[in-house]
Amino acid sequence: MADAAIAVEGLRKRFGDVQALCGIDLSSPPGTILGLLGPNGAGKTTAVRILTTLLPPEAGSARVAGLDVVKDAAALRSRIGLAGQYAAVDENLTGWENLEMVGRLYHLGGKPSRERAFELLDRFSLNDAADRLAKTYSGGMRRRLDLAAALVARPPVLFLDEPTTGLDPRSRLQLWETIEARVAAGTTVLLTTQYLDEADRLADRIAVIDHGRVIAEGTPNQLKDRVGGERLELTLEEYDQEPAAIEALAPLADERPKCEHGILVMPFDKSRGDIADAVRRLDAANVEIADIAVRRPTLDDVFISLTGHAAAPDEEEEQQQEQEREEAAA
Amino acid sequence: MSALAYAVADTAVIAKRNLLRIPRQPDLWVSFTIQPIMFVVLFVYVFGGAIQTPGYDDYVDFLMPGIIVQTMSFGGFVTAIGLSDDLRKGLIDRFRSLPMARSAVLAGRTLADVVTNTVSLAVMVVVGVLVGFNFTSSSLEIVAGFGLLLLFGYAFSWAFAFVALVSNSAEGAQALGFMVIFPLTFLSSAFVPPESMPAAIEAFAEANPVSTVVDATRALFLDAPAGNDVWAAVLWCLGLIVVFAGLSVYRYKRAVSS
Repeated sequence: MADAAIAVEGLRKRFGDVQALCGIDLSSPPGTILGLLGPNGAGKTTAVRILTTLLPPEAGSARVAGLDVVKDAAALRSRIGLAGQYAAVDENLTGWENLEMVGRLYHLGGKPSRERAFELLDRFSLNDAADRLAKTYSGGMRRRLDLAAALVARPPVLFLDEPTTGLDPRSRLQLWETIEARVAAGTTVLLTTQYLDEADRLADRIAVIDHGRVIAEGTPNQLKDRVGGERLELTLEEYDQEPAAIEALAPLADERPKCEHGILVMPFDKSRGDIADAVRRLDAANVEIADIAVRRPTLDDVFISLTGHAAAPDEEEEQQQEQEREEAAA
Repeated sequence: MSALAYAVADTAVIAKRNLLRIPRQPDLWVSFTIQPIMFVVLFVYVFGGAIQTPGYDDYVDFLMPGIIVQTMSFGGFVTAIGLSDDLRKGLIDRFRSLPMARSAVLAGRTLADVVTNTVSLAVMVVVGVLVGFNFTSSSLEIVAGFGLLLLFGYAFSWAFAFVALVSNSAEGAQALGFMVIFPLTFLSSAFVPPESMPAAIEAFAEANPVSTVVDATRALFLDAPAGNDVWAAVLWCLGLIVVFAGLSVYRYKRAVSS
């Protein structure tokens, strides 16, 4: 795709014995958000580091804003913004000093850099903290300052590596709104996250990454459709009525309904009956129900069905990522 | 603007950033003010009485040029700690993603560290005079001595920039730094005359560039015959700067935060 803001083909990267990326393809049209979703150690950060010219790829090609990340690296750097997992602001500078410095390093010039710093502090509600050292900022304020720094040069493509990890819900929501506003203004965003709700809320398209491979790609709805249709969820009043409930509902589904801790889950196929039918059958079997709902699959379900494990980080993977970093540093 | 003009402008931005940080990190001042003073007190009042320095009336006159040279080399730790911190906190990643000159982060860092070294030097000169050091040369020679010391400190900042970039942490950089700096400064003419050492160590001390810089500083401060020490010291410093600036910038381009 010649017009894509981000176009990646067959990207590979190895750190020692660890193949961090095993040939990934990505594509994102301008003005959209591409979500890279995956657990720690999946290769998300490695992909971002290659796309932002911080790491050379081992093989494959990557173009961002029409520029090759290797051949045109120098030109590309003035067209991208990066906000990292670790809010990379200078703690011993004030908020304003941080942004002014970044403006000068983008070669915006003295006066535009100073004005842009004020403008961004204003937009990110950091006016009151403009002259305070960044080390006195809360976690949410630091992330906002970090994101503001990534926006200093109004880059057409923005890379956000787990922008909300470790934030409280309110700060998260604020950051999401800011990102959405940038995209509405035409910016292309590549966002990595291990939070499914974040990808669901923000991303136009999602690439699910696991062990260095894209294992699924599509809009959030397409991905949810892949794990099947709607499901019926029933909460029983009494645990000991589980066998009776399963027997009563079995004719409505191909699969035998599963029941755990008094919650019964089954695929729900409208051609074989509806909720009223299910309720009648349970009533006839004298099963009392506390709650009943038809649920679309969540990205959680998608993730588990694709990878066989949940998206939440586990220790083994964190260790693997740690190892990758150390090898990258060596 | 040309690439060179951008490199100079970017270096100035980073140097300014590092200078702004100095007064905001009082814990760092200890390393370039209090620590050298403790060394002076230790050597003058504890070890000094037992050290023979033929040709010098007073051990203080022998010691001060040596201990100031050591202080300048210790200035490299400020460079290493600062860079390790930037690496760890992801700032180096941010800088490397910006369209700025590849040399500017390191050049700005080492340039700002000349300022901390100047503060250290001023502290040491005042302390030296207070404990009885006498400058006996012309003011031109004294100023030349200050210049040489700052050049030497600048060279060590580049060497330590490289140490920080090849280490995984600030602790690692400090450990590696001490392993290099202790033999270099103690197995030299800084604290005792090399003639008093066993033959093998004496040979090392005589060949050690730190001895060359110490001897040159003594000559410039005490009106002693310098021989070729001053020129040799300047050449050593310039050589170190060229080598370590090259290695550090090369390493910076591929630096990875951990």
